[in-house]
Amino acid sequence: MAEVIMPKMGDAMEEGTLLKWLKNPGDEVAEGDPIAEIETDKVTLEIEAAESGFLTNTLVEEGDTVPIGTTVATIGGEDEVGKGAPESAKPVAEADEEPEEPAADAPAAEEAEAPAGDEPAEQPETAPVQVATAEQEASAEPVARADGERLRASPLVKRLASEHSIDLGQVNGSGPGGRIVKADIADFVSGKTPAPKAAAAATPQQEPAQAASAAKVPAEGASVEISKMKQRTGERMAESKRDIPHFYVSTVVDMSAALDFRKQSNASLEESGGKVSVNDLVVKATALALADNPTINRSYVNDQLLQHDSIDINIAVAVDGGLIAPFIPAADQKSLGAISRLAKDLGTRAREGGLKPNEYQGGTFTISNLGMFDVDEFIAVINPPQAAILAVASVREQPLVRDGRVVVGHQMKITLAADHRALDGAEVATFLQSVKHYLEHPMLLALS
Amino acid sequence: MLDSEALLELYRKMVGIRLFEDAAQRGFRKGRIGGYLHMYIGQEAVATGFLESYQEGDRIITAYRDHAHALLLGATPREVMAELYGKGTGLVKGKGGSMHLFDVDNGFYGGYGIVGGHIPLGVGMAYSAAYNKENSIVQLYLGDGAIHNGAFHEAANLAGLWGKDGLNPCLFVLENNQYGMGTSVERATANTNLGSKFDSYGIEWEQVDGMDIEAVINAARKASERVRESGKPYAIEALTYRIVPHGAADFLEKYRSKEEVKKWRERDPIGLLEKKLTDAGVEDETLEKIRAEAKEKADDAVTFAEESPEPDLSELTTDVYASDMHIADAG
Amino acid sequence: MPVKTYRDALRAAMAEEMQRDESVVLLGEDIGVYGGTHLVTNGLIDEFGPKRVIDTPISENGFTGAAIGMAMAGMKPVVEMMTWNFSFQAADQIIQNAAKLRYFSGGQVHVPLVIRGPNGGGVQLSAQHTHSLEGFYGHFPGLKVVSPVTPEDVKGMMLEAIRDPDPVIFLEAGALYGTKGEVPDGDYTVGFGKARVAREGADVTLVAYGRQVNMLLRVAEELAKEGVQAEVIDLRSIRPFDTETIIESVKKTNRAVVVQEQWRWFSVASEVAALIQEHAFDYLDAPVERVSGAEVPAPYARNLEVAAFPSEANILEAVQRVLYQESK
Repeated sequence: MAEVIMPKMGDAMEEGTLLKWLKNPGDEVAEGDPIAEIETDKVTLEIEAAESGFLTNTLVEEGDTVPIGTTVATIGGEDEVGKGAPESAKPVAEADEEPEEPAADAPAAEEAEAPAGDEPAEQPETAPVQVATAEQEASAEPVARADGERLRASPLVKRLASEHSIDLGQVNGSGPGGRIVKADIADFVSGKTPAPKAAAAATPQQEPAQAASAAKVPAEGASVEISKMKQRTGERMAESKRDIPHFYVSTVVDMSAALDFRKQSNASLEESGGKVSVNDLVVKATALALADNPTINRSYVNDQLLQHDSIDINIAVAVDGGLIAPFIPAADQKSLGAISRLAKDLGTRAREGGLKPNEYQGGTFTISNLGMFDVDEFIAVINPPQAAILAVASVREQPLVRDGRVVVGHQMKITLAADHRALDGAEVATFLQSVKHYLEHPMLLALS
Repeated sequence: MLDSEALLELYRKMVGIRLFEDAAQRGFRKGRIGGYLHMYIGQEAVATGFLESYQEGDRIITAYRDHAHALLLGATPREVMAELYGKGTGLVKGKGGSMHLFDVDNGFYGGYGIVGGHIPLGVGMAYSAAYNKENSIVQLYLGDGAIHNGAFHEAANLAGLWGKDGLNPCLFVLENNQYGMGTSVERATANTNLGSKFDSYGIEWEQVDGMDIEAVINAARKASERVRESGKPYAIEALTYRIVPHGAADFLEKYRSKEEVKKWRERDPIGLLEKKLTDAGVEDETLEKIRAEAKEKADDAVTFAEESPEPDLSELTTDVYASDMHIADAG
Repeated sequence: MPVKTYRDALRAAMAEEMQRDESVVLLGEDIGVYGGTHLVTNGLIDEFGPKRVIDTPISENGFTGAAIGMAMAGMKPVVEMMTWNFSFQAADQIIQNAAKLRYFSGGQVHVPLVIRGPNGGGVQLSAQHTHSLEGFYGHFPGLKVVSPVTPEDVKGMMLEAIRDPDPVIFLEAGALYGTKGEVPDGDYTVGFGKARVAREGADVTLVAYGRQVNMLLRVAEELAKEGVQAEVIDLRSIRPFDTETIIESVKKTNRAVVVQEQWRWFSVASEVAALIQEHAFDYLDAPVERVSGAEVPAPYARNLEVAAFPSEANILEAVQRVLYQESK
């Protein structure tokens, strides 16, 4: 049988309404006879029979609106009237202008650009982060981010983190490139899990325990003269230990890259004189780490916490008669070369007794380095009113497994002593990670 | 034939324009005027003659060689010079410059930089005049360069079409100064009989010697009356010449010879009028006095412009919309 | 409230305003005797006569310029671009004259002109007859640009446009002429500079203009089945632009997808994305996605044309990306 369809009568026409049947099933029709009146959104007109025969079926009711191309009637032989009609068309609901779209395979539409600079990262290596030996009540596991990976978080997340004091270092990011997204901290924010708490201060003390209570009678010995400086230093040390609730966090730094870097730098520095020492690298690394973790760069004075803007690093220098710690001002702003020169100069003049007061009265953070003395590790005493001091031990050659092979590793233990009134374990641990990071990526020391 | 009084008045007007343009040119060369500067020197008789037929309510529109039209319609030399100098006291507050002089209160509707672009505007204004039964006309000035532009043809066609119903009292003034910038008429069209292009659109036209002030006045008066009465457009091709380059920066003039320029200088409209006046017995002193006064006025305009302040920075963002709407205002 | 088609609502606006104000006239190709190729002006010449419903020859530059001249002289002309694709012929008049006359005349001249016509594609009219020009005209200071989607908005905005003292680029959604909606009785206007929140939701902000707005509403229904409540914003006013509504929405949902038929580069969606990152940076959980037409001239074949414009599938994918719900 021949089909009569709802025709497209205008370029924007999507559907038409069958107003009125002009012929009924069973009627004879000649080619060209009008068989129905239809209405488009613009005009009313008639559709005609395309061939002669009998109107065998009408498939649409008067008043129905159907998409263009729908079969509305059939024409055939007289004996076919009322038989074998194709499935009747279903009228569409009013109003929508689009025809059903054939499934578009390839999306032709452009997608948004990824934010500049973000490339989808490879799966981050699961390098275990050297967390402080102190216990932590962090509710999230330490984040599996590759060493050196930038922390990615959506702007929303960063704002929420700052508002709710959430340490994003503790949060796993499920977005592209490990981006932390709202869903990742939604629990924190909605109060289901508490934000990571500060670490308990329990740290195994490394110093030999004092037999505190029993007053002991000193054994025999000749009196050794104590210089004024040493006396004074001693008093300050005692005060420090007495008043400041020290706690300690250590980490081990792989110094292989740093030593290579130092070797290369010194090779090219030979002409201009002035070599860079391991301590210079530590000073720069510490300065940069303080810039990244400003809460460490603080002092505790008269029950008040002072945040320092400038990063001035004291270097403990052993001199005849005691210990003195001149400082390098704005160490984070200085190049490695400048730090090296300054440190040498200060060290020399310290030993000669030629330091001016304004060169050692001050500073915001102290580094004490016994690395040149074959020391595995040690703890330093905080230099009040500063909130922390870093003790740097010797670099030790150790066998290390890397990429499935045994190589010579160069390990250096560093221990931070911190004032627990000012700092907590999480901050300190993060800071130490930072220091370690800079030392293990020494190019950063030259570039920053 | 006009009497000496009338002719002297015309002389005053033309010399006023001439000396103003001279002063402007000097200002440009000194760097006091920026952008483009298109002088009317040599063409003074055309605008002066046509605007003698101006009646209040008429609308005048031209392209960018517009200083003369603005001055003749009543803008002061001070206002115009200040506009050229880009000062806040300028005719359009320093926001248009030489090519965009407007003085709507005096019937002057600009001042346009795109060759041909203003022509449809004029035809539209003429439609409005007839639609509102104002009994006013539009004088629509265009150059020989613009007549090749599509906008002219579309507009002229509309004018002719609407004119059939009396709905286009538009007087086209074709200022044919022989050159569209550096391209002579001969090099711009195979049909150098420019006025005949109006035939295509059913618009009647005639030609006039644009250097002869009296001829221009007569032709203009007759044409204006006819257009005003019939509501049908009409065109007059005024043959003229600009003795100066296209713009103040066009000083090489590679496109025409010095001889040609010299020849046209002999037909300088002001020179021709001077001769008429002298022949009619007017003393040199009288003419001298008029020239001196005109120079004073021009110099005064320059001083005013020099001393005027620049537009206030707040004017940067005014007149973009009717209100001080910015793109991201809601409501 | 009575239900009218977009087309009828548009015609009613013009007819009613022409009844109220004699200075309103219409110009365009075949708008009079023929009734308009999209029958928008059908019957108006019978009511108002050929002086007010002016059939023009095919000369967009000429008659658009003439309309500007009429507006300068105090009339209120409404020019039809048979389709906005032909407006490029009149671009010099629109951009160099209409948009700027108020400014370079120092405020002496006004151009209360409306230019209207069908905009947008999707009906196989091929490359030269398919553009969506919101971004193009929205670019020029001095013009106002609107793009109404519903019959109520098209009538209210047309009345607003005719009464507006500035030139208005009135971009009608050609594909929507036959769609129906409620239209209030009596005189009312819809102001410019305010977007329409077509659907409220708190999970994702979807923004569009023109025919894609209805597509967004369908997408929103799909999303609702999965428990995602989308907020759909119909920009409808391009210049002036309603930043506030979009920002408020994104602050609520933290993510946005902007959909348009036109090409992405240098487009309205790009502007929306920039505004969101500028005003709601700290509220964004994901980058703003733009779903736009393919960077090609519009093709003829039906399947190619469908692929050249945003589809519901494209939009859903974009929504999934901003929700971090893509199937990996």
